[in-house]
Amino acid sequence: MGKLRLFFVKEGRAAYISHLDLLRTFQRVFLREGIVLRHSQGFHPHPIISFAMPLPVGQESDCEILDFETNGDIDTAALPARLNSGMPEGIAALACAEPVLPVRELAALSCKVDLLYDSCVPSGAAEKIAALLGGGSVVIQKRTKHKSLADVDIRPMIRDLRLEEAPGVLRLYAVVSAQNPGLNPALLAAAVEKYLPELSPDFVRVRRLAVLDGSGASFR
Amino acid sequence: MDRRLERILPKVQKPARYVGGEYNAVMKDKADVDVRFAFCFPDTYEIGMSNLGFRILYGVMNDMPGVWCERVFAPWTDMEAELRGNGIPLFALESGDSVADFDIIGFSVGYEMAYTAMLNMLDLAGLPLRSADRPGLSPLVVAGGTAMYNAEPVADFIDLALIGEGEDQLPELIELYRRAKKEGWDKPRFLRAACRIGGVYVPSLYDVTYHKDGTIAAITPLDGAPERVYKRVVHDMDKSYYPARTIVPSTEIVHDRVTLEVFRGCIRGCRFCQAGYVYRPVRNRSVDQLIQYGQEAVRDSGYQEMTLASLSTSDYPGLVRLCDGLSAFCEDHHVNLSLPSLRADNFSMELMQRLQNGRKAGLTFAPEAGTQRLRDAINKNVTEDELTESLKTAFSGGWNSVKLYFMLGLPTETDEDVLGIAEIAKHAVHTWREYASNKNRGLRITVSTSWFVPKPFTAFQWEAQISREEYERRVKLLREAITAKAVTYNWHDGDTSFLEAILARGDRRLCKVLETAFRKGAKLDAWSDCFDLNRWLEAFAECGLDPAFYANRERSRDEIMPWSVISCYVSDQYLWHQRELAYRSVTTPDCRTQCGGCGASCVEGGECYRG
Repeated sequence: MGKLRLFFVKEGRAAYISHLDLLRTFQRVFLREGIVLRHSQGFHPHPIISFAMPLPVGQESDCEILDFETNGDIDTAALPARLNSGMPEGIAALACAEPVLPVRELAALSCKVDLLYDSCVPSGAAEKIAALLGGGSVVIQKRTKHKSLADVDIRPMIRDLRLEEAPGVLRLYAVVSAQNPGLNPALLAAAVEKYLPELSPDFVRVRRLAVLDGSGASFR
Repeated sequence: MDRRLERILPKVQKPARYVGGEYNAVMKDKADVDVRFAFCFPDTYEIGMSNLGFRILYGVMNDMPGVWCERVFAPWTDMEAELRGNGIPLFALESGDSVADFDIIGFSVGYEMAYTAMLNMLDLAGLPLRSADRPGLSPLVVAGGTAMYNAEPVADFIDLALIGEGEDQLPELIELYRRAKKEGWDKPRFLRAACRIGGVYVPSLYDVTYHKDGTIAAITPLDGAPERVYKRVVHDMDKSYYPARTIVPSTEIVHDRVTLEVFRGCIRGCRFCQAGYVYRPVRNRSVDQLIQYGQEAVRDSGYQEMTLASLSTSDYPGLVRLCDGLSAFCEDHHVNLSLPSLRADNFSMELMQRLQNGRKAGLTFAPEAGTQRLRDAINKNVTEDELTESLKTAFSGGWNSVKLYFMLGLPTETDEDVLGIAEIAKHAVHTWREYASNKNRGLRITVSTSWFVPKPFTAFQWEAQISREEYERRVKLLREAITAKAVTYNWHDGDTSFLEAILARGDRRLCKVLETAFRKGAKLDAWSDCFDLNRWLEAFAECGLDPAFYANRERSRDEIMPWSVISCYVSDQYLWHQRELAYRSVTTPDCRTQCGGCGASCVEGGECYRG
């Protein structure tokens, strides 16, 4: 069988499993079901398995993507249930199918950033934050691939933003660029902390909701 | 997940260690549970989850209806600071509930350096350290594991110690606790009843008096406590629990693989080795059962590495049959089978070569001493010829990296013995020059020495540890004698071994030293980056005790040892005789060749070694 794509949820306790640990975990989850992944042909063969967009430790997601290849034939419809019997708590496979688009065409992320305020949401916070992130430029420090810090204007990477207020929490529903360059949604909160320090939240929770292609449709 | 925990996890390293939820972690409905057991490992998650005994007892307890055993590990320093800073008490991984709310808190203690971690965990749970300051029945604080063969240094902190293997004993204790809880017993009543369970030692039921010179005058049992507490053992390994379905951590741990325990005990009788004496007699698991467990464990876990564990795996009578029986399955499932604890003989080398399938991982040999005379004295019956033969096989088979382990400061050791270590390394280089199949890859020989620590229940329990100055002199002597470029010499840090020698044979007066050192910041002493001997030396001075009294004093034959209430069935007479043989460099045959009459056979009711 050729390339396959698995969609899964990562939340709760599993949010703290790091990228490398998640790779190891998935290799074992497949083996528990007796599914042999295709291996590279090099001197040190390793299973061909990769995550489309590694999720930062601590963030949750409804739309994680694992691309893999197997040797034998697989009933893709039955696969999620099979894998779920051997998962750690907080990871749940949702669907498996042959990939429609290559990962490089994954254009945007729909996400939710919860700004938590222990006493209450400061008055006028929603308006000020909407104005900040919808305004001209928002320059913050971002770690580059070379581990150094660089000033980056994240405003062009914010494609859509909607705010919702609930007791003790201000919810930012955002669509941000996924890659080239991509925006870690946690940086929306970092921008608030930099430009509107009086509105700094007590805690920030991030969850990916959906992955989108260039046309804004669900990435498959 | 706990909201407070969620706030601190982003601030600590490797947060996956603190959240639980792994595959096969046991979750139960609290409504169906009447005894909750917080199983504490006084070291980090990565170390504790690598411990097979911990996994066995976790499975045994969770198989009991109405009992929920959960895991607790020592937090690393960053996590500890966050817990304390935010007023979050130590919690169990499965439920996230506070440890203080459990019925029983049980520590698995394998080594003395973990003692302060025990205290730190009790403190993080918000509990008083001393048993006397916890008057209620719950939480009951118990401790087991190899270090508890001398529980005296922690006697004031624990309510009771479990001596020996816990598979049968722990369920008996839990059943007694269940009854006590239902009938509303107080703690003294429970402890008086518990000390009648085999292998249960209740320190508070023994009064210890001392001579003027600091040695023990008498240990008197109170309230009908037994004169001697005998260790518990599992009689039939084939009927004992094996955790074929066990937790697979979602983050990397030290021993991240399937561990098959092929047998318990050891036939060799090395005179310095505590495990070799206290785990007697030898009990094998059958080959067929091991093959079945191995396959089941690989299928369930998804691991692709399996290791055969025991104190000396080459001594397993069915080793070839076991490896043959597993090899087809391992090949089919791409499982790498590894055999640590092999002896330096040819049989083992051939086996290694067959298993390695061309891969050449490092080889480790432990001759322990530099001359045949000293190896005979410690009863490490490996000859230099055997070692040379093994090295020949290894080098001609393509290995080019060898580690050699030795101890410095063994009883009767002379400078000649120390220099003998350098000779062995030199011979290894010569052997490589003569036999290496591929010299282009170069040679790496690592010589490591540790500082001998005399342990209770060994032939050397009466010995003094050599002084710090003398140890350092011998290290220097050896360092200067090792000249070959291919040989790297590592020596063990002296501070740790010195404290280990104090604690290993300490009495219960050390409890206040432990508490003082803990208050000064000692909490993860097994980790060199957290350990500071000065804290301990200050604590000794404040408590008016002399560390050298415990570490560097030779004890007389008739001295009452702090642990003399405990018995591992091996008699003192036998150990003393072994010591005398050591001084004459006379070896003792292994248990399979000839029974030495150590006394461990009593445990099986007569005959000891079968098969």
